Amino acid sequence: MSTIVSLPDQTTATLPKRSYLNDGYGLKSWLLTGDHKRIAILYLISITFFFFIGGFFAGMVRLELLTPPTDLMAADTYNKMFTMHGIVMVFLFLVPSVPATIGNFVLPIMVGAKDLAFPKINLLSWYLYVVGGVMTLAALILGGVDTGWTFTTPLSTHYLNTHVVTAGLAVFVAGFSSIFTGLNFIVTVHRMRAPGMTWFRLPLFVWSHYAASVLMVLGTPVLAITLVLVVLERVIGIGVFDPAKGGDPLLFQHLFWFYSHPAVYIMILPGMGVISEVISTFSRKRVFGYTAVAFSSVAIAVFAFFVWAHHMFIMGISNYSALVFSLLTMLVAVPSAIKIFNWSFTLYKGSITFETPMLYAFGFMGLFTIGGLTGVFLGSMGMDIHLTETYFIVAHFHFVMVGGMLMAFLSGVHFWWPKMTGRMYPEGLSKLAALVTFIGFNLTFFPQFILGYLGMPRRYAAYPPEFQVLNVLSTAGATVLGVGYLLPMLYLTWSLKYGKIAGPNPWQATGLEWQIQSPPITSNFEETPVIDYEAYDYEWLANKTRHEVQTVG
Amino acid sequence: MDSQAIATQPVEDHAEHAHHPPYLRHHFANLEQQKETSTFGMWLFLLTEIMFFGGLFCAYLIYRNWYYPAFVAGSHQLSILLGAINTAVLICSSFTMAMGVHAAEMRWRKPLIGWLLATIALGCVFLGIKAVEYNEKWEKHHVPGLNFSVDSFVHQDPHYPEDKPLPLDMAEKTQVYFSLYFAMTGMHALHMVIGVSLLIILVVRAWQGAYTQGHMTTVENFGLYWHFVDIVWIFLFPLLYLISRHQ
Amino acid sequence: MHFISPVLWQFLVNWLTHFALFPPEASSIAPHADALYFFLVAISLVGLVLVLALVAGFSFLYRKERNPEATQIEGSTLLEATWTIIPLALFMVAFVWGALLYFRIYNPPTNAMNIYVVGKQWMWKAEHPGGQHEINSLHIPLGRPVQLTMISQDVFHSFSIPAFRVKREVIPGRYTTVWFEATQEGTYHLFCTQYCGTLHSQMIGTITVMKPADYEAWTEGSTSGMSLAQNGERLYASLGCNACHSGSATARGPNLAEVYMTKVQMSNGSYSTVDDAFLRDSILNPTMHQMAGYAPIMPTYQGQISEEGLIDLVEYIKKLNSNYRIQQTLNTTQVQSSVQSPAPSTQGRAQQAAQTAPGMVKP
Repeated sequence: MSTIVSLPDQTTATLPKRSYLNDGYGLKSWLLTGDHKRIAILYLISITFFFFIGGFFAGMVRLELLTPPTDLMAADTYNKMFTMHGIVMVFLFLVPSVPATIGNFVLPIMVGAKDLAFPKINLLSWYLYVVGGVMTLAALILGGVDTGWTFTTPLSTHYLNTHVVTAGLAVFVAGFSSIFTGLNFIVTVHRMRAPGMTWFRLPLFVWSHYAASVLMVLGTPVLAITLVLVVLERVIGIGVFDPAKGGDPLLFQHLFWFYSHPAVYIMILPGMGVISEVISTFSRKRVFGYTAVAFSSVAIAVFAFFVWAHHMFIMGISNYSALVFSLLTMLVAVPSAIKIFNWSFTLYKGSITFETPMLYAFGFMGLFTIGGLTGVFLGSMGMDIHLTETYFIVAHFHFVMVGGMLMAFLSGVHFWWPKMTGRMYPEGLSKLAALVTFIGFNLTFFPQFILGYLGMPRRYAAYPPEFQVLNVLSTAGATVLGVGYLLPMLYLTWSLKYGKIAGPNPWQATGLEWQIQSPPITSNFEETPVIDYEAYDYEWLANKTRHEVQTVG
Repeated sequence: MDSQAIATQPVEDHAEHAHHPPYLRHHFANLEQQKETSTFGMWLFLLTEIMFFGGLFCAYLIYRNWYYPAFVAGSHQLSILLGAINTAVLICSSFTMAMGVHAAEMRWRKPLIGWLLATIALGCVFLGIKAVEYNEKWEKHHVPGLNFSVDSFVHQDPHYPEDKPLPLDMAEKTQVYFSLYFAMTGMHALHMVIGVSLLIILVVRAWQGAYTQGHMTTVENFGLYWHFVDIVWIFLFPLLYLISRHQ
Repeated sequence: MHFISPVLWQFLVNWLTHFALFPPEASSIAPHADALYFFLVAISLVGLVLVLALVAGFSFLYRKERNPEATQIEGSTLLEATWTIIPLALFMVAFVWGALLYFRIYNPPTNAMNIYVVGKQWMWKAEHPGGQHEINSLHIPLGRPVQLTMISQDVFHSFSIPAFRVKREVIPGRYTTVWFEATQEGTYHLFCTQYCGTLHSQMIGTITVMKPADYEAWTEGSTSGMSLAQNGERLYASLGCNACHSGSATARGPNLAEVYMTKVQMSNGSYSTVDDAFLRDSILNPTMHQMAGYAPIMPTYQGQISEEGLIDLVEYIKKLNSNYRIQQTLNTTQVQSSVQSPAPSTQGRAQQAAQTAPGMVKP
């Protein structure tokens, strides 16, 4: 099978003498760094840690569900398991996953900047993330929390005696980390673009991060104040959400979902950015309908703020508001459909190769399509009544979040790994991992759609025996999936020392980040670059290479 | 070298690089960009603050609609005098802050320190008065959750003879009013405390002359923050103290 | 066969006997829900197959070996418009269809019989109008629309019957309703689907659908002797409601006979329909449900009546056709204890009376 990977001659190639990795050694040079690339690496390490913590809880949940009764653990332990799984995965993995690691690393380079606009705030954001993470772990070690990641009142405020306050404050702090990341991105995109880098020359990765950042900046504060009210209500007993004092618990639902629905797009939009880059690079073509894909990101960001009440169709909101929110939900599905078709047509008349990032991207397209279309089931009000709060919804958001976002994350990590470390990952093993992940994923989550339609409720520690077969399948799949996630962890670590030297542009990609050395120097560019070509201009790249060959040779 | 630079005309005169002022951070091309960037960032941050308080205002509007008599009765328990003094104090502090920014622009070190200290003093006065008000609420048993009692609302209040006492069910809803009162003014006070703490750092740095050598973006941005906190109060004061006075 | 492995064998048997893609279709709603489900599955399959075909087809046709040089294409407004408009149109069909189904599920027919449900951690309590109480089970007649009026006494719960394709959140502090008409005899799952604390997964029960005759027999056999309305009447008297809501023209409270489902004018000029929620809220938050022409003298009963008691009262007021018995009871109590003199004769004076004699308001 042919490939576009072009590596320098391995016998003579070395890593560059000067790069951000060897610009200062020792813990202090990392922990006090202002370099967006180092902060990205710090983030990468910490979110990987939390991913495996969250994955452990997911494993425990699946293990308990192997049999109908609660035999492995007691019901309250189970509740703590899925709560910690949710909190860790949503707030400590998915929300920062692509933006804080890959975005942090490549976004400034893509726009031609030497760093993000506010390096210190970027570092602060990582520290806030760590504090949030440590508080979550503290809540766990002190005895756990069992509210579910949704912190539903009045359950969370009056009926549980677990560490709700610690967990709530942890999410509050982690939320500010996300606000600062978003703020940094927006300002960087507006003010730090290199000369010639117009808005429509920006890679689609930047567009999607910009859209996600708008959501982070405008949505997260609402979650923050909601959690403050929950904590105040729990600690001193104010009555904003307490029905006994005249408060309305539905107001909590409104405020919570006002953030948590856009949060879904905070999680998926950066992943879509990765897919745009990867599909374009490995089909050697400009993304089909660049403008449409760019604006569909913006459209998603705008609509995302007006669909939150579709989480509350069965909660007795008025029929008319249900109508409006259902309609808007249908509208927000359209930009995602546009993206999927545009990516598909990017392949048309391309020159396609199947490197690992591309395999993950294909996985993303298939799984995200399923995830998105099942979202239409749930947005359709009458269908939502039967499906909501069952395993159908669990399967739906795992198809979007894990099948979509995690695939995109792994795709991105493989794609930019040579840029981050200067070394290639092992190709054969990584293709195997992509395949294992895909199979494991489908085995885990597809049965859950059927379970959901059969009516199995989510968050059940015990279930009627007729659901066992599908649950066993799902647990078996989770095992495979676990292997699929451990593999990259192992071979990527291995490649840090033994991987092939990648050279500046192993993929022959057009992004600005590929025109500098790998790994880059601390200030990214020797001189401020001037951009005189459109995004995804492979002819420009070919001419440039030819020109170099001519002048050098 | 070829593999590192992409395109390649240098944008600015290299001679200029030699005269970098010390406060120009390495990743900005020039001072103007640096200033624009940080101001833009500050405005964006204030936008997130608006969303933060927005959740509270939204809750306030909903409950005010539902429990109008309770909100009227609740607001009658606040002291307009103290609220008005605090409003005046805050407006003055915004003035002193603005003068501070002006002083920094003019590169006057001592006046800058003076105006910043005045701002700190006014901020502390505001917090002091707020503390007095909170204490009064505590003594009158108006703190929901901790020591709330409906007594002041089910009986005739001698200070407001035209106010009818509330029926018990509505009187209990004043808890919602006071919950929001404490949440809103508490969050505002927290912003004030943060502001005063930052001001102390600013004074120290100003003493060292950091803002009077042409680089005063920090002072300017802090000014934006301070005015924002002020404006939040300008909304809180009428909503919590005033608009239910004359039904 | 089970020489392979007993566990595997058991598993296979389990699979074959229980493998199902759909829960039973046991209500009049279920076929409608399933129809929409099939439509959605169909468009999903078409969409998915289309995307997979495009990706696989292009990957095959334009792989580097076959097509070493890519042809740059900017985009195509026509194509993009196509794949904007066609999905949009399909989603709109899903929206309209879903909305119609939603209204069908949540708007009960007028002839539905009403059963009350109270959710609490972690059980479902059902109260039939005839006074039958059930815990974690619900008996209903076949072929008759049943409406559930539900409330939670602690946290959010959710009442879900997969075989009927209906579900509704059960919320503290307000009534929610759901209705269904069972079309198949049998026993079905009842789940709480909203996470409600430690034993959430134990908050399950059974729905038993019985032939009307069997249902009658069951009702006869499991009655507690007092209907909800009778309980309500007792409560009405013991709380002293009859002192004001006596139905006489001079009464201080509105006449409650046949007030259910009428439109009444409120003191702020608006109109409200007296439904279950209105009745319940009026007892707990009378100030917010002040009827025009009456003084705001009703005390709140917040914290004094359990949700079940409130249901009894609501049921009693719903069934109240005349005030004859109220006045009977009232006369008896007045004769027995001769508490208070009857109120002044007109409503206008009643307001004055309320102001001058606040002692009449029970705190």
